[in-house]
Amino acid sequence: MKHHIILRIGAKLLIPPIMLFALYVQFHGDYGPGGGFQAGVIFASAFILYGLVFGLAELRRVAPLAVVTKLMAAGWLIYIGVGYAGLILGGKFLDYNVLSHDPVSGQHLGIFLVELGVGVTVASTMLAIYQCFAAHQSRELADDEW
Amino acid sequence: MVTDIDFILAHYNYWAAMLLMAAGFYIVVSRGNLIKKVAGLNMFQVSVFMLYISMGKVTGGTAPILTGKPEIFSNPLPHVLILTAIVVGVATTAIGLALIVRIKEAYGTIEEDEILVIDRTLEQQDAHGQ
Amino acid sequence: MIIRLRNLFAVVMLSSVFSLLSAGLFVALDAVDVAFTEAAVGAGITTVLFLGALALTGSIEKPQQGHPYAALLVMAALAAMLLYGTMDMPPFGDAGAPIHRHVVPEYITGTQTQIGIPNMVSAILASYRGFDTLGETGVIFTAGTGVLLLLRRRLSSRQQSGGGDAE
Repeated sequence: MKHHIILRIGAKLLIPPIMLFALYVQFHGDYGPGGGFQAGVIFASAFILYGLVFGLAELRRVAPLAVVTKLMAAGWLIYIGVGYAGLILGGKFLDYNVLSHDPVSGQHLGIFLVELGVGVTVASTMLAIYQCFAAHQSRELADDEW
Repeated sequence: MVTDIDFILAHYNYWAAMLLMAAGFYIVVSRGNLIKKVAGLNMFQVSVFMLYISMGKVTGGTAPILTGKPEIFSNPLPHVLILTAIVVGVATTAIGLALIVRIKEAYGTIEEDEILVIDRTLEQQDAHGQ
Repeated sequence: MIIRLRNLFAVVMLSSVFSLLSAGLFVALDAVDVAFTEAAVGAGITTVLFLGALALTGSIEKPQQGHPYAALLVMAALAAMLLYGTMDMPPFGDAGAPIHRHVVPEYITGTQTQIGIPNMVSAILASYRGFDTLGETGVIFTAGTGVLLLLRRRLSSRQQSGGGDAE
């Protein structure tokens, strides 16, 4: 699809706002609809759009599968780490009240970190799954076959 | 009692969800193409979501986001359940589709009856070979 | 329509439209978080995955041979049982239904006093029911790992020189 200039220009214009919107949804998930899952999916869809328009090799250059798989695990480890931090600091597993100087701000910090972990895992998993499906093609479709 | 208009108005959301469930189930059971079965499963899932969310709605309520004014909220607990369920649904769909791609590579077809035929001939060849 | 169409591409597109419409329905039912997720996930990611799978397999379904009478009978029986089961359910929108009584008032007041964030769904998801979200993140991770295991293979040699192998 590299030769379709409208698609290229449109994608170039759209991908940064999509990523920005994903970050907005992630961090404002406390104040309005949103949160980790939605933000992760939207962020992955920005990368998938890039991969669809510019080709899988470009996507691999920007987000290599080795990095994406490590991010998948890292997101879940952040979540588990918050749980263990609760244990280490004296409370129960996944107890957010002990994470900070008073319970309410502890809850805020806990929810922020947990949603971050979830968002990272979801985004990298969706990206990894897309790359697997796209890379499994036994031959690339030539441009004149569209 | 069933034709009472109040009864119908009080239950039509459940009936709509049940009809969608039956349609999704029918796709899974009757069609042989594996991808269509997965699409039918997705339809079944969406109908279950509709059932739960409609159970959580309160008439006169609003979205469960605190605004500082006292008001009636719709029940947020089914929303949380369904949020988890949606993401688990996409996870199972992804694995199901990956399995279908591998089945196509191994058997050469994704129609269920042809796969059964190939399986049976392979079993018979195994039995004769031993 | 989804039931009878044989062109699978059309089936996938109709499923995507169905997901989008159900997201609109969720907004009408005051479930904004769920609508957001369903629109992003159902109408977005699922469609991309289906199209990817269709590109790797065929896109026309084989014509149905004979009428599936047994399947119709089972579906009718299932629908009858399900409809019978909904007869005793609480009325739609009733504020006094049991679902609204047990734990939810405590969650709603607790979100205001103990947690202090406006979005109740995020508060319940991350704090009150945090274990569920932990397991769910694990499910997503497992699904990603499963797809990686199933679909990773050495690319054909023509592509291997260009793109490099997936590790």
